[in-house]
Amino acid sequence: MNAALELGLLYGIMALGVYLTFRILNFPDLTVDGSFTTGAAVAASLIINGVPAPLATLAGAASGAVAGLVTGVLYTKGRIDGLLAGILTMIALWSINLRIMGKSNLPLLREDTMMTPLRDAGLLGGAWSILIFAVAALLIKFAIDWFLSTDLGLSIQATGNNEQMIRSLGVNTHRTTILTLAISNGLVALCGALIAQYQGFADVSMGIGLILVGLASVIVGQAVFGRRTIFLASLAVIGGAVIYRLVIFFALGAGLNPNDMKLISALLVVAALLLPRWGFLKHIPSLRQMRSAAGSANYSKST
Amino acid sequence: MLLIQNITKTFFPGTINERVALNDVSLQLKTGDFVTVIGSNGAGKSTLLNMISGKLPVDSGDLSIDGSSVKRMPDYARAAYVGRVFQDPMAGTAPDLSIEQNLALALRRGQHRGLAWGVTHKRRAFFREELLSLELGLENRLKARVGLLSGGQRQALSLLMASFTQPRILLLDEHTAALDPQRAELVTTLTESIVEKHHLTTLMVTHNMEQALRLGNRLIMMHEGQIILDVDAERKATMTVPDLLAEFAKIKGASLDDRALLG
Repeated sequence: MNAALELGLLYGIMALGVYLTFRILNFPDLTVDGSFTTGAAVAASLIINGVPAPLATLAGAASGAVAGLVTGVLYTKGRIDGLLAGILTMIALWSINLRIMGKSNLPLLREDTMMTPLRDAGLLGGAWSILIFAVAALLIKFAIDWFLSTDLGLSIQATGNNEQMIRSLGVNTHRTTILTLAISNGLVALCGALIAQYQGFADVSMGIGLILVGLASVIVGQAVFGRRTIFLASLAVIGGAVIYRLVIFFALGAGLNPNDMKLISALLVVAALLLPRWGFLKHIPSLRQMRSAAGSANYSKST
Repeated sequence: MLLIQNITKTFFPGTINERVALNDVSLQLKTGDFVTVIGSNGAGKSTLLNMISGKLPVDSGDLSIDGSSVKRMPDYARAAYVGRVFQDPMAGTAPDLSIEQNLALALRRGQHRGLAWGVTHKRRAFFREELLSLELGLENRLKARVGLLSGGQRQALSLLMASFTQPRILLLDEHTAALDPQRAELVTTLTESIVEKHHLTTLMVTHNMEQALRLGNRLIMMHEGQIILDVDAERKATMTVPDLLAEFAKIKGASLDDRALLG
């Protein structure tokens, strides 16, 4: 249970990244599956080569930002469909990640990682580490809240909300799109780097299906906690990531095995999208609002 | 001010759907001119506005603002000089952002957008004052989502956002056409007072001939990609809708009724 909470808070950082593209930019970014592993791979190889863990973690995040930048350039300058641009980068990253790691799995067991002090102090799995992870996730959340309320952040919000309008006010929407994808994938890769250190290894397949985890966190979290303001919406995303881990935890406890988890994730997202359409659930306002938002997101992208 | 020289635009060139939207159009606006543009559907009015705002590239000809060519400038860069209100009341504002956030975005037109707070106390006070001039009570709803406003309110806000930074040119693309008569009248009145207040050089496309005669100091009529009539302030002041229709019939050598022109 405590481990599920810890993981949930760590994955909350990834979910915040997905929130930036999926909700703010209205862009379904599949790069995430690749950039998560890239962050883990870069951080793990650097740590193994003696680079201090904090620096290696930052380098991991930066490598994810570069991946996001590539997707952004393909989408804007190359005019490749957003979904396809993300898939292209994601697939290409598989090979790059293997190159970075040299083999498909890098153990970090005897290395000095950012988790080592916590583990040595016996804090992992306890209330203190949950608190530390929560503070870390909240710091990133507040940074995002602040960023989105600046002149630049507002123009990013407007890019996802009404691109024609913000261009007519003098914003180069290609730049805002690329920047947001870079920040988003930077956060996802930061999460990958931290997860690798938390679980003690980086694996080339650790990012597979991750976009669903991110979407599940965003959609479920905002269905439960609401999304009226940025403050609430980003908090809900972290909450959603924790809920997701708890669902997985209980599903495992109920006798399902880890290989079933992708199916559970998919069902969770489908349920969160469909339930608001049915019967009495229609009357829960936050669900209804979310449903219409999910619908309009698809609509505005296709037109 | 605005100088348009021999611009031409053809859609789908070389195909069976080829259509000449603008055919060698030249137009010069002086600072402070308020020009109304009328013409039937497909006359090229909207295309002309899209050329000026940079939304579509010109095929040939030149376009300059204050003496420097903006022909190769992308739309977002041209936005520093050109403010625009679209026909669709939903098009000019971001629905999920608040009124004050929308205004903050408009306030930075053509300027660098950095990491300073978008909405400050100082800006908020300014927004409140500007909204007061709309007389819609929006000054008390700064934090309301724009998506909650009515079409008329959103269009009035769009008009404010397009104009309050005093761009060199204001483009109005049938911006009252999608509103009910009462709201349309309100937005028209606001347009008049805002243009007057800031002495904005304005180009307004309209379907309403009465409105075209009433507003502005110059009127041009377009037909099949060309400017076929250019009426100055003096003549415009005494002109009536039947006069306009007669002019059109005379030039085209055909008789057309009001409805055909109104499209």
